[in-house]
Amino acid sequence: MSENLSFPAKVGPAVVAVGVVVLAWHLYADLSGIGVTTLPSPLRVAQQAWVHRQALFDNAVPTVRATLLGFACSLTAALLLSVLMDFSGLLRRALFPVFIISQTLPLVAIAPLVVLWFGFGLFPKIMLVALVTFFPMLVALVQGYAATEKEIVLLLRSMGASRWGVFRLARLPSALPFFFAGLRISITYAVVGAIFAEYAGAARGLGIYILNAKNNFRPDLVLAAVGVSAGLTLILFGLTVLIQRAAMPWIRFDRDPAP
Amino acid sequence: MTAAARLQLRGVQKAFGETEVLAGVDLQVHEGEFVSILGPSGAGKSTLFQLLIGGIRPDGGTIHFDRAPLHNGTARFAFMPQRDALMPWRRILDNTTLGLEVQGMDRRAARAKVAPLFAEFGLQGFERHYPAQLSGGMRQRAALLRTIVQDRDMLLLDEPFGALDALTRAAMQRWLQTMWKRHRWTALLVTHDVREAVFLSDRIYVLSPRPARVLHEFHVPLPRPRDASSSRLEEASRIEAMVLATLLTPEPAGEQSS
Repeated sequence: MSENLSFPAKVGPAVVAVGVVVLAWHLYADLSGIGVTTLPSPLRVAQQAWVHRQALFDNAVPTVRATLLGFACSLTAALLLSVLMDFSGLLRRALFPVFIISQTLPLVAIAPLVVLWFGFGLFPKIMLVALVTFFPMLVALVQGYAATEKEIVLLLRSMGASRWGVFRLARLPSALPFFFAGLRISITYAVVGAIFAEYAGAARGLGIYILNAKNNFRPDLVLAAVGVSAGLTLILFGLTVLIQRAAMPWIRFDRDPAP
Repeated sequence: MTAAARLQLRGVQKAFGETEVLAGVDLQVHEGEFVSILGPSGAGKSTLFQLLIGGIRPDGGTIHFDRAPLHNGTARFAFMPQRDALMPWRRILDNTTLGLEVQGMDRRAARAKVAPLFAEFGLQGFERHYPAQLSGGMRQRAALLRTIVQDRDMLLLDEPFGALDALTRAAMQRWLQTMWKRHRWTALLVTHDVREAVFLSDRIYVLSPRPARVLHEFHVPLPRPRDASSSRLEEASRIEAMVLATLLTPEPAGEQSS
C-alpha cells in the first residue's frame, strides 16, 4: 500500500490539486473583472490575513477552546455510554433511538436556541460541539466492540475471565481502530460545530468574526477566517493520526507478516 | 485403561432450537492420553468444546471430570482455538501470559514464568514481536505455549493446525508429537484430518454427521515417535484407511472393523 511511497510521492498529488484550485481562483478573480468585495483573489486574502493576524489569532483561541472542551465532553460521554450499552441490551435498545433522533435535529435551529437558553459564553458552544461529535464516536465504539473476534472471547472464557475481563482484555482493544476512525471524522465536525455555535451568538470566536466580516462586506476576511479554521482542522486531524500511531504501535506490522 | 477416566461424557445431547447437534455422545479421556475426535464438517465438534469451556449446558447426559460433575466456572481445561486467536495488540510475550493474567497472576511474575519456555517452543528472540510479524507456524507455537502455561488438567485443541499450509502443518504435527512425548499432557484434539489424528493420538473417536454420536472408537497402538519407518507407516496407513472408511460410509462400517 501507500506505506512504501516516499514522502513527496505521498503528498505531492494533494499539493498539486490544491495549487490548481488556487491558481484557477486567482486567474478568475483577476481576469473576470469581478469586484474585490465579491470575490477577492487568494493573494488579497493572504495579504489581509497577515494584516489582521492578531484579530484572527484572538478569535481562533476561543474556537479552539470550545472545540477541544466540547470534544473532550463528547468523548467522555461516548466512552461511558458505550460501555454501559455494551453491558446492557436494555439500555442499548432504550438509548440508541434517542441518539439517532438527536442527529436529526437541524443545527440551524438548535444553535440559536442553545444560545438563547445558555447565553453567549463557552457553555452553549461546548454543548453544540458535543452534540455533533457524540454520535459518530458512540457508533464507532459500539461497532468496534462488536467486531471483537469470537475465538478470542471463547479463549478468554475458557481461561475463566469475567465479563468485565473479556471487555477490558478483548472488546476494548478490538475497538481501537474503529475509535480512531470515528475520531478522525468527528474532529472535523467539531471545528465546524464550534464555528456554527459562535455564528449563532458569541462575544468572540471565528464564527462571530466571519459573521461580522460578512456584514462589513469583507469577503477577504471571511475567507481568511475560513482558511484559519481549515488549518485548525488539519492540525487536529494530524494530531489524531499521531496519537493513533502512538496508541497502536502494532498496526505498522499488520500488512507485512514476516516470512 | 485401568484407572478411572479424567474426562467422562455420557449420553451428552445438545440442540440449538430445532437443530439437534449432539445426539448422545459418549467418550472418555484418561490421564496422559492423547485422544482425537474426527467428524465431518458441522458434526458438532465445536459444540462439544463449547460445552466444556463456553458455559453452555447440555440438554441431556452428564459430563464428569475426575468423577465430579463439571460445573461452570471450574476451569479445568486449557483451550487452543482453531485460528491462533493471538491478540494483535499484545506482544508475543504478553500473549503467552494471557491465561496467567486472567488467573490473577501479576504481569511480572507471569512473564518470569513464561520466558524460560520460549526456547523450547522455538520462539526465542521473538518475545517483543507482535503476532503480525510472525509466520503461521510460529503463531501456532505461541498459541500452544499460551495454552500449556496455564497448568490446567487437560488440553483442548480445536483444529489447531487447520489454517496452516500442508508443509507447515506436517512440521507442526511432528513438533507437537515431540513436545507431547516429553510432557505427557492429557489432551483432546478436534480435527478433520485423518492422518493428523492417527499420527498424534492414542485413541480416535469418529463422529457421525449431525446429529452427532460416536460411530466408532479406534485405538492407535503405534509406538512413538511415529516417523517414517516403513513397518509403522504400513500399520498407520491401515488404521487411516479404516478410519476413513468409517467416516465416508457412516452406517455399516462402524461394526466391521476394530
